[in-house]
Amino acid sequence: MPMEALKPLSPKDFVTDQEVRWCPGCGDYSILKQVQTVMPELGIPREQIVFISGIGCSSRFPYYMETFGMHSIHGRATAIASGLKATRPDLSVWIVTGDGDALSIGGNHLIHLLRRNFNVNVLLFNNEIYGLTKGQYSPASPLGTVAKSTPMGSVDHPFNPLALCLGADSTFVARSMDRDPVHLREILKRANGHKGTSMVEIYQNCNVFNDGAFEVFTEKGTKKINTLMVEHGKPFVFGENADKGIKLDGFKPVVVNLADTSANDLWIHDEKDQVKANILVRFFNTPSDENPLPRPFGVFYTEDRFCYEDAMAAQITQAIESKGQGDLDALIRGKNTWTI
Amino acid sequence: MSATTEIKKAVVILFAGDSGDGIQLTGSQFTSTAALYGNDISTFPNFPAEIRAPQGTIAGVSGFQLHFGSEEIFTAGDACDVLVVMNAAALKANIKQLKAGGLIIANTDGFDPKNLKLAKYPDGVNPLKDNSLEKFIVHEIDVTKITRTALADSGLGTKEMDRSKNMFVLGYIYWMYNRSLDNSIEFLKEQFKKRPELIDANVKVLKAGYNYGDTVETPMNRYEVKPAPVSKGTYRSIMGNQAAAMGLIAASQKAGLTLYYGTYPITPASDILHELSKHKNFGVKTFQAEDEIAAITSAIGASFGGSLGVTASSGPGIALKGEAIGLALMLEIPLVIVNVQRGGPSTGLPTKTEQSDLLQAMYGRNGESPVPIVASYTPSDCFFGAFEACRLAIEFMTPVFFLSDGYIANGSEPWKFPTSAELPELKVAFAKNELKEGEVFLPYKRNEKLARPWAIPGTTGLEHRVGGIEKENETGNISYDPENHELMVKIRQAKVDKIADYIPLQTIDNGKEKGKLLVLGWGSTYGSIKTAVREAIAEGHDVAHAHVKYLNPFPKNLGEILKSYDKVLIPELNNGQLIKIIRDKYFIDAKGLNKIQGMPFTSEELLVKIKSLLVTDNE
Repeated sequence: MPMEALKPLSPKDFVTDQEVRWCPGCGDYSILKQVQTVMPELGIPREQIVFISGIGCSSRFPYYMETFGMHSIHGRATAIASGLKATRPDLSVWIVTGDGDALSIGGNHLIHLLRRNFNVNVLLFNNEIYGLTKGQYSPASPLGTVAKSTPMGSVDHPFNPLALCLGADSTFVARSMDRDPVHLREILKRANGHKGTSMVEIYQNCNVFNDGAFEVFTEKGTKKINTLMVEHGKPFVFGENADKGIKLDGFKPVVVNLADTSANDLWIHDEKDQVKANILVRFFNTPSDENPLPRPFGVFYTEDRFCYEDAMAAQITQAIESKGQGDLDALIRGKNTWTI
Repeated sequence: MSATTEIKKAVVILFAGDSGDGIQLTGSQFTSTAALYGNDISTFPNFPAEIRAPQGTIAGVSGFQLHFGSEEIFTAGDACDVLVVMNAAALKANIKQLKAGGLIIANTDGFDPKNLKLAKYPDGVNPLKDNSLEKFIVHEIDVTKITRTALADSGLGTKEMDRSKNMFVLGYIYWMYNRSLDNSIEFLKEQFKKRPELIDANVKVLKAGYNYGDTVETPMNRYEVKPAPVSKGTYRSIMGNQAAAMGLIAASQKAGLTLYYGTYPITPASDILHELSKHKNFGVKTFQAEDEIAAITSAIGASFGGSLGVTASSGPGIALKGEAIGLALMLEIPLVIVNVQRGGPSTGLPTKTEQSDLLQAMYGRNGESPVPIVASYTPSDCFFGAFEACRLAIEFMTPVFFLSDGYIANGSEPWKFPTSAELPELKVAFAKNELKEGEVFLPYKRNEKLARPWAIPGTTGLEHRVGGIEKENETGNISYDPENHELMVKIRQAKVDKIADYIPLQTIDNGKEKGKLLVLGWGSTYGSIKTAVREAIAEGHDVAHAHVKYLNPFPKNLGEILKSYDKVLIPELNNGQLIKIIRDKYFIDAKGLNKIQGMPFTSEELLVKIKSLLVTDNE
């Protein structure tokens, strides 16, 4: 083996010779950079990695990753990845999708991927708009979104993407953002480490068709007040000077001032608590709402559950153990024959 | 006992009753017993779309027609010699199928006022009593009563007793045709091994039916249908869907690939899934997807990873798969798409047969998207058809259609099966990293078949990206270059055309190589055409029969064959599909014969058409 093959990989080894064609200033650049940065740290041989995407701006992603890749058709990356993982459990499979691709045309495959819990990673680039088709509202766009197809404002109630995923019994639910590279890299590593379908929603700014959709959560001046960075075992604390917290009043989360609340009363994050995770993903306010809850980021929920591909392989092993390796002649012959 | 035995060359029996009467089981039992005895045989199950259509009504009638003989049999028969009816609706629905002088075996209990009403006979009319059946011989038997009497001491409830009625009928027919009960007794033992009381009950009723023939005091004939003089060898009985499933497994085994079968339940294709899911010890991975699109795209994912990806459906499901078939074609990876055709359009006639998806297979996608098509023509040929589709998919790195239809998928026949050693080896060579220093991998560089390399994930140094967007020749990078697009369209077409060099030449099934009339068929019409052409030739007519199995591309000599006849007749169970392609490609004035009734051609219908074309020829 040539010596260079033994050299540890660097982010550059994951860059292809293709010119990146997203609009200048697009949030996708940052996400690509973080993924390329994290990849060498995962210790997975490059040829064992596959990126699969559907259609949309984000779906160009595989062309920029020096791994195996498929840029498929609209909404189907999840289903393609299912077939690949079912037959090649050895591969590290990453699905890159957007809010239109995953939640609209591919909504059906997404929920079924999650319940089956194939051991793959889903990176859902959410920019709350259709970018590639030049600016129509998406199923994640807030009610009243004025876009090309909705000059009077959209009348569709939007999805809360992670609530949808948890509803489909996702075993790993997390949220990050394009503008926080450190956080995003951390979440990507966690996603890779989870066995099962890792669902990562990434807030991504479309500076052309929906600029600033998430700026209250991502920009310096407003981020601390409007976001909650959750960590397992740590209390829910946020605010300009980390001066606010969240506690549960029954099942109702309420914002409290740390000055007049004991730290012991705060909600302590437990990634394994499905009931609380269901409340947490429902933190979906914007700052203009009355008594808004901050928007949470981090790993909300993880669960150990068997993966489809393992169960599928186990049945095959079991069938071989009980019936013996398939004998083609015996199969063709069947049970009843007659000779003339 | 006053039975005499008469020798018959061939007999057609139609079992008919309520869809809950066990008609399909009765029919398939008689089939396997007749096959084991050495008769040639062909069957046609015909059942309602509803699982339990309203009891006693015409809509709920389930039928199983079987044709067996001491001569070669190619169809399930135009009309029947024996009609077994479990109720009035079954008689009403099928009486037109019975030959004059034919035998009706009627379960009188099914002709009570309630059943007569459900079958919509006018008040007070009972066809068994009003002489309307005088052209036929009618045996009335109160099957229900005799069955219950036979099981009086069984401890079973009335409902459970009545479920054995079909065994009485089966036993009686076995008596009539001098058949042994052993095969069915073995079957019952296996079927009910967890409920021994049901084995006893069913065997008892089966024997009661047989003994009834022996003891009843009406003069009745028994018949003998001797074994058929088919070629020597070992046979089994096979249904089309079962054969297709086995063909897929055989291809995967011969190619050394994991068979991945992504599908969504649909009539009449689901039985392939049922069959494959029983054979996990061959490493078969069956995936019941959330919809038709996931079924095919997951198969594409499996093929991308180096498995043999297969998906199956029927017309409506194939329509949903259209975009993904285009993707497979652009990715240029192996994929087999099975279409077990049924009556369309839309939901159409789910349980009935039709050949109306040929143009869908040929053209049913956006853009210039040629897909090879292989169509099987008998139940057993589905084994070879499915195998061939896999071979072409692997060798040419392309999606391939395998067409079957409801008639052959559910029909059965004896099959002199091959050994695995007789099947061709399928060579699969995944791309290896043989790049020299500084050389880049070209995923769309082609071999002599114009196939690109199958470079699967896990191969160091061959990392590459593929997709549905037009790609640059050889590199596979995205390209919107106008000339490149035209070049790629032409290459993809040339690749499919090239398959013609790697498939057998078209042969004439029957008749002379030149002459007045060629009957050109495809798919499940084979048996009817074969029978009709044989008869026409025997009557001295100048007619031949060729059956096309490779529909895209056609065998290289097909044009030459077509031009060797004055006239060409193309019978199809559709409104004229193959005929459009043939006219377009060969500029010949082919004549069509089209039947769109969800039912196969009778050979009589074909014979009439053949003769009419030959007569006008003489004018």
